[in-house]
Amino acid sequence: MYEIVFKQVLNPVTKMLVVRAPDIAKVCKPGQFVMIRVNETGERIPLTIGDFDRKKGEITIVFQEVGKTTKLLGSLEKGDYILDFIGPLGRPSETEKKYGTVVAIGGGCGSAIVYPVARAFKEAGNYLITINGARTMDLLLYRKQMEKISDEFYETTDDGSCGVHGFVTTVLSELIQSNRQIDLVFAVGPAPMMKFVSKTTEAKKIPTIVSLNSIMVDGTGMCGACRVTVGGQMKFACVDGPEFDGHQVDFNELLGRLNAYKTYEAESDKRWASQAGGASK
Amino acid sequence: MSDEGESAPKKERKPPTKKVPIPEQPPNVRIRNFDEVALGYSAEQALAEAEKCMQCRNPKCISGCPVEVPIKDFINLIREHKFMEAAAKIKETNSLPAICGRVCPQESQCEVSCIYGIRNEPIAIGRLERFVADYARVKGETLPKLPPKIGKKVAIIGSGPAGLTCAGDLINLGYDVTIFEAFHKPGGVLIYGIPEFRLPKEIVTAEVDFLKRLGVEIKYNSVIGKIRTIHELMNEDGYKAVFIGSGAGAPNFMPIKGMSLTTVFSANEFLTRVNLMKGYKFPEYDTPVKIGKKVAVIGGGNVAMDAARTSLRLGASEVNIIYRRSREELPARAEEVHHAEEEGVQFNFLVNPTEVLGDEAGNVIGMQCIRMDLGEPDESGRRRPVPIKNSEFVMDLDTVIVAIGNSPNPIIPHTTPGLDVSRWGTIVINEETGMTSIPGVFAGGDIVTGAATVISAMGQGKNAARGIHAYLSG
Ligand SMILES: Cc1cc2nc3c(=O)[nH]c(=O)nc-3n(C[C@H](O)[C@H](O)[C@H](O)COP(=O)(O)OP(=O)(O)OC[C@H]3O[C@@H](n4cnc5c(N)ncnc54)[C@H](O)[C@@H]3O)c2cc1C
Ligand SMILES: Cc1cc2nc3c(=O)[nH]c(=O)nc-3n(C[C@H](O)[C@H](O)[C@H](O)COP(=O)(O)OP(=O)(O)OC[C@H]3O[C@@H](n4cnc5c(N)ncnc54)[C@H](O)[C@@H]3O)c2cc1C
Ligand code: SF4
Ligand code: SF4
Ligand code: FES
Repeated sequence: MYEIVFKQVLNPVTKMLVVRAPDIAKVCKPGQFVMIRVNETGERIPLTIGDFDRKKGEITIVFQEVGKTTKLLGSLEKGDYILDFIGPLGRPSETEKKYGTVVAIGGGCGSAIVYPVARAFKEAGNYLITINGARTMDLLLYRKQMEKISDEFYETTDDGSCGVHGFVTTVLSELIQSNRQIDLVFAVGPAPMMKFVSKTTEAKKIPTIVSLNSIMVDGTGMCGACRVTVGGQMKFACVDGPEFDGHQVDFNELLGRLNAYKTYEAESDKRWASQAGGASK
Repeated sequence: MSDEGESAPKKERKPPTKKVPIPEQPPNVRIRNFDEVALGYSAEQALAEAEKCMQCRNPKCISGCPVEVPIKDFINLIREHKFMEAAAKIKETNSLPAICGRVCPQESQCEVSCIYGIRNEPIAIGRLERFVADYARVKGETLPKLPPKIGKKVAIIGSGPAGLTCAGDLINLGYDVTIFEAFHKPGGVLIYGIPEFRLPKEIVTAEVDFLKRLGVEIKYNSVIGKIRTIHELMNEDGYKAVFIGSGAGAPNFMPIKGMSLTTVFSANEFLTRVNLMKGYKFPEYDTPVKIGKKVAVIGGGNVAMDAARTSLRLGASEVNIIYRRSREELPARAEEVHHAEEEGVQFNFLVNPTEVLGDEAGNVIGMQCIRMDLGEPDESGRRRPVPIKNSEFVMDLDTVIVAIGNSPNPIIPHTTPGLDVSRWGTIVINEETGMTSIPGVFAGGDIVTGAATVISAMGQGKNAARGIHAYLSG
């Protein structure tokens, strides 16, 4: 049992929880994730380790409520417990290296995940450009924090309610077209966003790393549910990733695989809305 | 083995006998539930079966069993109505008899060499073992007296049959034993792989509870190599020895097109969703499991049979086993093949997939296969299947489950410098002691042998416990 010691509602659909998990906090690194199972009937879902405090033994997770499990998790409060919390899984990000100029891109909830990695890039002595994007202003995350650590900071919204009217790729293309030196692009967000970011950087061959969010069951390399095709080879995102070279990833396959359980997810979600879920705690 | 053993009557030869049949759920009923298929012997049935055992002076059954269960003696105790003593007798060498009685491939182990079986069906050793183990479990077994604590800690990685057996033997020797398990439940393949209808989870839980009552500690959600490395366990956490029983975890896929379509699943994924996550109770349980109407399962082992029979129970209307060799080579237990056939699983022998066909959305719409012929024997002694030219054909399908074996999970080798692995990724051990290339680190089970059996994993766990004891006493 893992206690929730802090909760913050970041925006209407995104929540942050700080969870006591000293053994994981002791050893985890940016870019790794945990698998969680909220209760006995629950599903195991992967969530990135957003931040960690080794001394206090705490792990921060930030998640968007998209279906049954994330809504259930979002209904928990400080003092509640999560039944299973497994990690740290996956390979850590390679942030110690000095690349030169790094563009860190966060889309939607991805901003929260990109933040600690971007911070590490900055600390390693890179020139840091961040692009923070969301559908609308209310959904932009970590705005102040991101701005603080960035040498250059851009925001985009699909509806133009804040920053540049458009997508994260709108700003990225402009940077590329203005012939800026870019040594690395690091993008986390919905799969379609990562796909278009990778497309945008492909012509100029700018190294691009994406953090894939395929469906996972165990998260330890045992089931193959998370398999993705990278450079023509089958990889398991949970052990070989989750970060991969964006130019090598078969995004269409990933997008198809993400839809595999759509009808079941909808059924679960409906059930949640009609039962406990309606009444928020 | 041409002559008949000791007590063959000379004059009138009785016609060959069969095993006392074990009551089972009828096929048309059981394919609609996940309850156990075989219901087990009653005391009368067990007595009748045990009565037939000839109590051979030179029994052949025992050496057929990888852990040498004292078969003759336990059967004799059944004949004397001493069921509890019979169970205790088996437990002298086999700590998980309720499980082995159900899942051992008896037809190629203990029963194959039974002398009574030369003329008749062999004595139903597995069914008898299961009977006494179930009897003892229901009656409630008393805990053995443990020796005084030695004061040394041993870490066991993985709670499959190898790890559980090693833990049980070590706690009985007086060690402090902690099992680290990656999942939230103990049992390894016994929990996430083998389905409820073949091995009720309650039985596995009871065996694990027994170990817990003896003092074995289990830490769940602990992926060793991630949360803690083996070196840290030994150098920082005070474990004097480590046993790696992490199983053969990573599923193999075929090197053909279409393996990443959305309705192609590894048997591991499919069975884990159903068994560990209770996907068959969706939406009461949150983990969904997707099954179509026309299913193909690639492979011919126990895993393939389990995936096929599970598919039927989830509502598939047509389930095909696709196996590239012939019926004779099927590696699955005979009983499972028989049950699968009774339930309506269709067997396609000498057929190998060449491509899985999908639609725009990534759903399977068919599978192209080629017919095979059996050629010369290969290294394993089995005749090598070779494709027959121009014999391709397409099967109409919507789901494919791949059950062609697993490769060792790389997490532990990758995080344990100095640990020797073979070119297949299995951990190399000293056969005698069970020790790996790192002093104090032992290994056994599927991670050493590659996918094998419950009883062989247990045998290796046992052997390593002996090795650990010798190492720590030396
Ligand atoms: C390594 C890894 C790290 C992740 N880290 C985070 C994280 O830090 N924060 C976070 O919010 N999510 C993260 N995800 C995604 C997260 O695991 C899923 O959003 C979650 O499993 C959804 O579960 P659910 O039951 O709430 O929704 P489901 O019922 O499974 O899905 C509901 C709906 O959401 C959509 N959906 C499903 N998965 C995703 C996804 N990955 N992204 C967007 N939409 C999706 C589905 O299409 C579906 O329509 C991560 C995924 C991976 C593989
Ligand atoms: C579907 C299926 C059906 C089968 N049917 C039969 C049958 O009928 N008869 C038979 O004899 N055999 C059968 N087998 C084979 C048999 O189950 C295995 O040979 C046996 O379970 C191997 O035991 P093990 O202890 O080595 O590993 P496993 O049972 O695989 O257990 C390994 C355990 O280690 C854990 N683990 C792995 N890595 C780590 C880590 N890094 N840290 C912590 N824990 C970890 C795993 O989660 C797991 O719990 C079947 C196998 C399958 C998959
Ligand atoms: S453990 Fe298995 S092989 Fe040994 S006697 Fe029992 S059923 Fe037979
Ligand atoms: S089981 Fe078979 S081999 Fe063993 S003692 Fe009985 S008759 Fe003989
Ligand atoms: S989630 Fe099971 S192998 Fe990656």
